[in-house]
Parts: sequence; C-alpha cells; structure tokens
Amino acid sequence: MKLALRHVFVLIVCAFALFPILFVVSAAINPMGTLASTDLLPTGASLVNFAHLLTSDSYPFGRWFFNSVFIALVASFASLLLSMLAAYAFSRMRFAGRRVGLLALLLIQMFPQFLAIVTIFMIFTRVTELYPAFGFNTVWGLMLLYLGGALGVNTWLMKGFLDTVPKELDEAATVDGATHAQIFWRVIMPLVTPILAVTALLAFIGTMSEFLMANVFLRDPESKTLAVGMYGMIAGDHRNANFGMFAAATLLTAIPTVSVFLWLQKYIVSGLTAGAVKG
Amino acid sequence: MALDVREVPRKGGGPKAAPRPRREITTAFVVSRIAVLAVAAAILLYAVPPLVAAESWVSLALLGAVSAAIAYLYLTRRFIPAKYLVPGTVFLIAFQVFPVVYTVTTAFTNFGDGHRGDKAAAVTAIETGSVRQTPGSPEYAMTAALRGDELVFLLVDPKTKQVRLGDAKGLSPLAGAQVGTTGKVLAAPGLTVLKAPEAAARGQEISALAVPAGDGVIKANGLSRAVEGKAALVYDAGCDCVRGNGDTWMADESQGFFVNAKGEHLAQGWQVGVGLDNFARVLTNPTISGYFAGVFGWNLVFALASVLGTFALGMSVALALHHPRMRGTRFYRIALILPYAMPAFAMLLVWRDMFNRDFGLINQLLGANVDWLGETATARFGVILVNLWLGFPYMFLVTTGALQAIPRELTEAAAIDGATPWKAFRRVTLPLLLVALTPLLISSFAYNFNNFNAIALTTEGGPFPADNPQVGGTDLLITYTFRLAFGAGGAQFGFAAAVSVFIFTIVAVISAVAFRRTRKQEEVYA
Repeated sequence: MKLALRHVFVLIVCAFALFPILFVVSAAINPMGTLASTDLLPTGASLVNFAHLLTSDSYPFGRWFFNSVFIALVASFASLLLSMLAAYAFSRMRFAGRRVGLLALLLIQMFPQFLAIVTIFMIFTRVTELYPAFGFNTVWGLMLLYLGGALGVNTWLMKGFLDTVPKELDEAATVDGATHAQIFWRVIMPLVTPILAVTALLAFIGTMSEFLMANVFLRDPESKTLAVGMYGMIAGDHRNANFGMFAAATLLTAIPTVSVFLWLQKYIVSGLTAGAVKG
Repeated sequence: MALDVREVPRKGGGPKAAPRPRREITTAFVVSRIAVLAVAAAILLYAVPPLVAAESWVSLALLGAVSAAIAYLYLTRRFIPAKYLVPGTVFLIAFQVFPVVYTVTTAFTNFGDGHRGDKAAAVTAIETGSVRQTPGSPEYAMTAALRGDELVFLLVDPKTKQVRLGDAKGLSPLAGAQVGTTGKVLAAPGLTVLKAPEAAARGQEISALAVPAGDGVIKANGLSRAVEGKAALVYDAGCDCVRGNGDTWMADESQGFFVNAKGEHLAQGWQVGVGLDNFARVLTNPTISGYFAGVFGWNLVFALASVLGTFALGMSVALALHHPRMRGTRFYRIALILPYAMPAFAMLLVWRDMFNRDFGLINQLLGANVDWLGETATARFGVILVNLWLGFPYMFLVTTGALQAIPRELTEAAAIDGATPWKAFRRVTLPLLLVALTPLLISSFAYNFNNFNAIALTTEGGPFPADNPQVGGTDLLITYTFRLAFGAGGAQFGFAAAVSVFIFTIVAVISAVAFRRTRKQEEVYA
C-alpha cells in the first residue's frame, strides 16, 4: 500500500476517534457549562468548569482521582504478575488439565458477572464484619475483587504471545542449568515486555472505568472512584446543569491513562521479540 | 534446585533418560522458600483471630487447609505448573468461581424480596411486625445506645425512674446512668449514647429491635419512647403454623410462605428450594419465551457486529501503521488510543446526548432532524456505532501487540516469492494474528453478548413499541431479563439467577464451538 494512502486512511479513523472527544473538550471549556449550550467547536474558553469541579464541596474530585489511580496502578500491576505466571505455565508446560483449564478460564469469564453481584454483596458483608480493612468502602477489598478476574482475558493474551516466542530459548537456558524460575524471570520476562506493556495498559484502563462493582462497593463519598463519583454528578436533575463540570472531569480522568500510555509507548512499539527470534 | 518440567522425557516411559548433576542449592532458592513460609504465616496470623472470635470453624478449617496446601506446594520441588497457576487461581476461585456457583445454586431457590432469610427469621419478623400496644401498659422514655456495635435500648420507667438496659435477650438493670430532665439517658458507663441524627440514621434497626419483657415485648415507638406490647400473630411450633387475628396460616415448605385456608399468604416468607420452577418459568412464561427469539437474534447481531467491526477497523489501522517507513506513528497511536483512554461509562452518556434529536451533535453536523434513538433501526445502528467507537482502540492495541511478534522476514519472504500484499496478508499475516487473537475475539464476543452498560447507559433498551413496554428495540437478553427479574415486581434473585444460567449456557456453547475450531490452529505453534 502506498504510504500516502495509509496516512489518509489513518487520518480518517483519527477524525472518527477524536470528534466526540472534541465535543467533550468544547463542553469542558464552555463557560455556560450546560449540555444544551455545547457545540462541537468551542464557543468560548474558560476554566470555570474546572474551577467549579476542583473546589466543589459536594464532589470531592481530588479524592476520587487519587482513589482511582491508586486502585488502577496496584490492581493492574498485581493482575499482570498473576496472569503472566499463569500464561507461562499454560504456554510452556504440558500437564494434565491444561486444555480444560484454559477452556474453563474462558467460560468462567462469560458468566454475566453483574448477576452475581448479589452473591458478591453477601460475601463482602461477611468479610466487612470479620476484616473491616478488606470490606466495603475500602480500596483493598475492591482490589481483591478485581484480582478475581486477573486470570482470563489477560492470560489468554499473554499465552498467545508466548506461543510465538520460540521454545528453543528456554530449552537452551535449561541446558545451561537454569531453573524454571530463572527462565521465567531472566529469559521470558524481558522478551515479553511489549505484551506486558499492552496488557498493563488494558488492565489500567479497565480498572479506571470499571463502574458496576465499584458502585456496589463504595458508598462512602470519600472512598469513591472516579467512575462512581462522576456518575452521581450527572444523575437525575443535575444532568444538563452539571454537563460542563462532568466534561471537565472526563478530561481529567483521561490524563492518567494517557500518561500510562505515553510511558509504555516505547515498549509497545519496540519489537523486542522480533530480535529474539533472530537470536 | 527445582526440577524443570522439561527434564521429564516427553514420551513418558521409564526413568529419566539422562540424569543430570544436581544443582547447588542457591541463596535465591532458600530466600524464596522463606518468603513463602513468611507470607503463609502472616496471612494466618491476620485472618485467624476474627474467625475464632466469630466461631466460624468451617472457614477456619478451610483457611488452614488452603494455607497448608500452599506452603506444601511451594516447599516441594514437584507440581511445577501448579506453582505458576495457583496465585491467580486462588483469587479466581474466591471472587469469580464461588460467586458463580453460589448464584447457580440460588437459581433453584425462591430467594428474593419476601424470601431473604430462613424460617426462624421470617417467624421473628412476622411476630415483631404484628406487635400492638397492650392497653394500659407503661410508656418508657427510651434512648438508643451502642454496646460495642450492638444496638441496645436504655429504658427509664416514668414512675420509678429506674433505668434498665434492653437488648434482644431481655431486660437487665443498669447502674450509674446519668438521666437528663426529659427522662432521656445522657451517658452510661461502657455504652455510647446515640445522638438524635445518629439514631435517626439507624431508624430501621431501632424499629426492628424487640426486647422480650414479661409475656410481651418492648418496642420503640419513634426514636425516644418505647411501649410494651404483644404480638397479634404468634407462631405455634406444635402445628407449624401462625395464629392470630382469628385466622390460622399453615407453613407451606414448598412455597416458603405461611398460607391460610383461603390461599392467602403472609408477606414475610423464607427461602426454600423450588427445584426447576425458575427454569420452567423462563421457558413457559409467555412474556419471556414469546420474545426470546427476537431478542436473541438482535443480541447475536449486536455481539457479532461489535466484534467484527472493532476487529476489522482496529486491525486495519494497526496494519496501516505497521510499516517501517511510516512517519508520525507516535502521534497516530495517541490519537487512536484516546477513545479507549476516556472513561467508557462517561462517553456512553455523552454519545447518548450526541444522538439527541433536538440539540444533539449528530443532527447538528448532518443538518438532519432524525430521532436517532427513537426508531428501532437507527437506535440499533447508533448503539453499534457507539460500541465501534469504544471498542476499536482495544483491537488496535492488541493487534499492534501481536504484530510485534510476527517476524517481518515472513512477509518479506512472501513478497520475494511474488505474493501480492493482499495475498501475503491473507496467507501469512492474518493466520498468524488469529493464532494470538482468536481467544480474545471469542471473549470479546462473550463480553459484548452481555454488554449491559452499552445498552443501559445509551438507550436503556428502547425504543419501546406502544403495545409492549417490556421489550425494547435494542434490548439484549441481559438488559431485558434484568428488567424482568429486578423490575417492577421486586427483586427475584432466584429467578434472575436462572435466567443468567440460560444466558451463560448460550454463550458458553457458542464460544466452546468457536474454541474447538481454533484448536488445530493453536497446536501449530503451541
């Protein structure tokens, strides 16, 4: 394909990707701050919505922001490690129940999870009684719940990638006397950086925008995440009036995700594995 | 040293073909074992005391067994795959498998509004709910207080000014209480007296507490007075029935209700197993089975269109950018990932407003006056478009990731052999991509099949035809059944669980079939 054609195509898709975001930007800097007064292109420029948002007493945005980023960073890091361990076993080892295990992982993920919310609610009611530090209104309890889904899609993604990394590499390491743990940390982990970066990003984004579970879990205004808090912001009567503030909050929420992406970009792009295949 | 799995000869038979010298026991080995033991011990130290305090022996035994199993697993040199699988699996079982299994068992019960607790709880609720003040009984000044976490009443007799403490077990004298002029208790040793707003916040708990006294009970009347009364309805264990108000309600264990001769039941029931009733109801209920086919069809279209649309678009841009001489890829990548970086739930609500007929952005841009979410066809188009916007960056990202793993030499070799770019893509790149991505496509299908948020936050299932407010044009099985199960009729968790088992079965079968088809493909590389 000609390079120019590639550019044209990608630019069209970019336009499609960006126009709703432009609309949100326009709403965020629109001094009127309502839905009805917002156009695609900004009709005014002011930071009044941001000021309202950051000084509001009823919406502790800064606190929500911290909660969300903290949960997303810790939970995605932990789930990355858990799923990478599992992916290594599924890709490199042959054991009884391997295929069944893989299929089971896929199937369990398909159960409409929010219908299990009643059950999860009951479980955590008990946990809250016994261990308040991991119960409702705590980030740690919510994290445990998120780690329940750590295996699953991530494992599949990594296993698919590991399958394309030549086995000869770890066989060579075995011959050199490496243990399986050494192979995992010294040989495999450096080679899978691109997929780790992609998965970390996906896990981070998934946790940031997770809403249903967090909504059940976090009732206390101080413990809410951005998704739960912001949903309350435009609920009911506030929808039109708070739209500017909501748009401002949406943009601020995107900042950590975009930062994580920029941070991981070079790993995503560099084809480390391609080099390994040659070796 | 720990044995590598590959040391075991592949073909299985006999002892190891070539025994290798034992490796030295390294520092890392010792340290990692100590770490495992320390973590297991720390968990036990933290988790055991509350369980002992709550006398929850089954949980305690379970915890002990799991800790022992984990310690054993990491202290031996065997079970190598398990060492890698167990950490994630523990979480998976506790927070994913167990809730699902529990939900499935719920499908065989009548659990829901009116059937939440066991029979004893139902009897208590019926009896205390029917308490009427006995004529001539004293009225106490009542103060709500906390003993630890437990709610108790501090009761002051208007005549004797004697202060007594009432809890669920009965009355006991209370010494050292400081009584105010209004007769309310201001402070008492060892107790936290609730202030008015705190007491108001616990209004439900306060009205539910019944303190046994004499042949009746003392119950709160408002937040500062309590009266002695008698239950109008009394449970009689002899006939397993509830008597009172000149009627008798017999316990019906198959329904979980107390039913009288006329077939009427008391509002409070208890949880019983109902066998396959809930499943039968899904199949025979005309409102559910009648529209099932229609909703199911659209549900399939929605899930397929979402997966194929996002994959096609995401892969196309990933391929377009995957070229050594492509400039500006950094900028493009950021632009393309932005929809995914925006909080999805917020953007769903924004899209809903963009489709608004009167002041929506779409109509404004097109100069049209289409009621996008008001007509079934356009609403369906709308939700698929929204889902495409939300979902294609994911496919773009995972395809980019997978493309990194495909050596460029392969496509270069194909080009040298005279393959057109399309042929090289079709025969080399795409099959290799699918090896890594098929499972993701399948799970993306499953996710979208049950994509509750995408529908609930945009169209809420609508538009609804005038003659049927139950089934909307964009309803998925999950939103539709959710409304039936949790809607106007009150919470019916048992029934909702049965419906989700049906949905799960459908998705699982479709996915399992798709999965089997990819089996051979995977083994090429596995």
